[in-house]
Amino acid sequence: MAKKSFYHFLGCIIPHRYPSVEKAAKLVFNDLGISLLDMDGATCCPAPGVFGSFDRVTWATIAARNLTIAEAGGHPITTGCNGCFASLWDANHELKHDDELRDKVNENLAEIDREFKGTIEVWHYVDALYQIAGLEKIREKVTRPFTGVRMALHPGCHWMRPKILKQKDDSERPHIFRELCETSGAEYVPYKDELICCGAGGAVRTADVKIALEFTKQKFDSLIAAGGADMIVTPCPFCELQLDAGQVEIQKYFEQEYKFDILHVVELLALAFGHEPDEFGLATHLQYMQRKSEPAWENLGIKVGEH
Amino acid sequence: MDLRLKINGSSSRCVILTSVDEKPAIEIDVPDDSFVQLIKKTGGPNIQNCFQCGTCSGSCPAGARTNYLVRGIIRKALLGLKQQCISATELWYCTTCYTCTDRCPQDVKPTDVIKAIRNVAVAEGYMLVPHQKTAQKVLEAGHAVPLDKESWQDLREKVGVERVPPNASRYAEAIEEIKKIAKKTGFDKLVEDKAEK
Ligand code: SF4
Ligand code: SF4
Repeated sequence: MAKKSFYHFLGCIIPHRYPSVEKAAKLVFNDLGISLLDMDGATCCPAPGVFGSFDRVTWATIAARNLTIAEAGGHPITTGCNGCFASLWDANHELKHDDELRDKVNENLAEIDREFKGTIEVWHYVDALYQIAGLEKIREKVTRPFTGVRMALHPGCHWMRPKILKQKDDSERPHIFRELCETSGAEYVPYKDELICCGAGGAVRTADVKIALEFTKQKFDSLIAAGGADMIVTPCPFCELQLDAGQVEIQKYFEQEYKFDILHVVELLALAFGHEPDEFGLATHLQYMQRKSEPAWENLGIKVGEH
Repeated sequence: MDLRLKINGSSSRCVILTSVDEKPAIEIDVPDDSFVQLIKKTGGPNIQNCFQCGTCSGSCPAGARTNYLVRGIIRKALLGLKQQCISATELWYCTTCYTCTDRCPQDVKPTDVIKAIRNVAVAEGYMLVPHQKTAQKVLEAGHAVPLDKESWQDLREKVGVERVPPNASRYAEAIEEIKKIAKKTGFDKLVEDKAEK
């Protein structure tokens, strides 16, 4: 079988704030024999809750411009961000089904000599890993299982909602993300507010960071009430930013200290596949940079000095 | 503009949920449905499916901590109370988590309705200053969260990737294309700095 290739849509937060996720994705996909191709000249997706709230046609046109880059090369797109996924997947879907919107968008794209053709699909990393690589193959690659490490999940919203549109998981009882994370060998810890939004989306973080942080705090408190966890895993860098750097902000706004290590799912898998944290810069998460702290290596079951 | 001032001030959060002022009855024999028609065209086609069950607000994490009531906004829209809807600061507390959309028994897609109302609000000049700045960043840098400091490039180098990624941060022509799109759709005018009224 020919090697499966995806255009790697980076977006903003991964390459500009959490580059460790970009590097970890490259390690993990490479280990699984899936190629990630550079998507030259891609822009902001643009942020669905922000741009989609301002002007739907402009949002769809900028998203469509990104899609045309992949269409020209003839490969599907994969992205590790729920927001980018929402913009690109939703725009792709809407443009394939709404002729009026498509005509407007193509009229706009004509200004820059591009045309949306509707010839490619958009995949979240989670779906590419789950469906293209498959859990069995992923399990085979695990050489450093997180045995005994307690893992809470934050699946976030946009990779699975709206469920009628996305048609892949039950958003009230999702299992795909959990099964993917469990390949790492970590022990899944449920908590009541697992499925609540992190609070950052929909332009709320930009409008009123304190309100956004209240969502985050509710999640943390719910997790603590359930007995706590050694790490929280998410499939989205914006959620990661909110949960990770958000802890520093919560301390500032609410004078309450939380210390959770937050991992993107590809960071979890990179470690499980035996890569050292330094290979992708786990310790560069903004929480650690701002607090001048480090991941709780011992709780994560990683020996320091081993790398 | 009222909205801007409120948000700029320190108390952008409305803590008073009810008021003791006497409220007049909403007496509308025939609601003006032009606002509803506009919402339907702008991305909320199912708004008229709503039978006011409240499942959306009951599911809403934004409504749990702010005065944002998605059901109430939909009801106001159906009554044609356009100005009340588009000028409400709390319209911007929805995180677009889609929980309501997944639970609404009438397939109203409340999230899309709210986004459509926000589109109308922005078109009529109700936009928060921080949102305007974010939009401007995309037109300037191609990214809402740009690679705007040397230290972000250092961070990239530290994790072992190229200092500048192959996105609009590297390709100026990509930013030019975004500017052309914004000019064509009028988005550049929509988000440009406006003289305070
Ligand atoms: S859940 Fe649906 S039908 Fe019920 S009030 Fe909300 S929008 Fe209306
Ligand atoms: S999408 Fe918005 S209105 Fe609906 S439940 Fe989430 S925050 Fe509330």
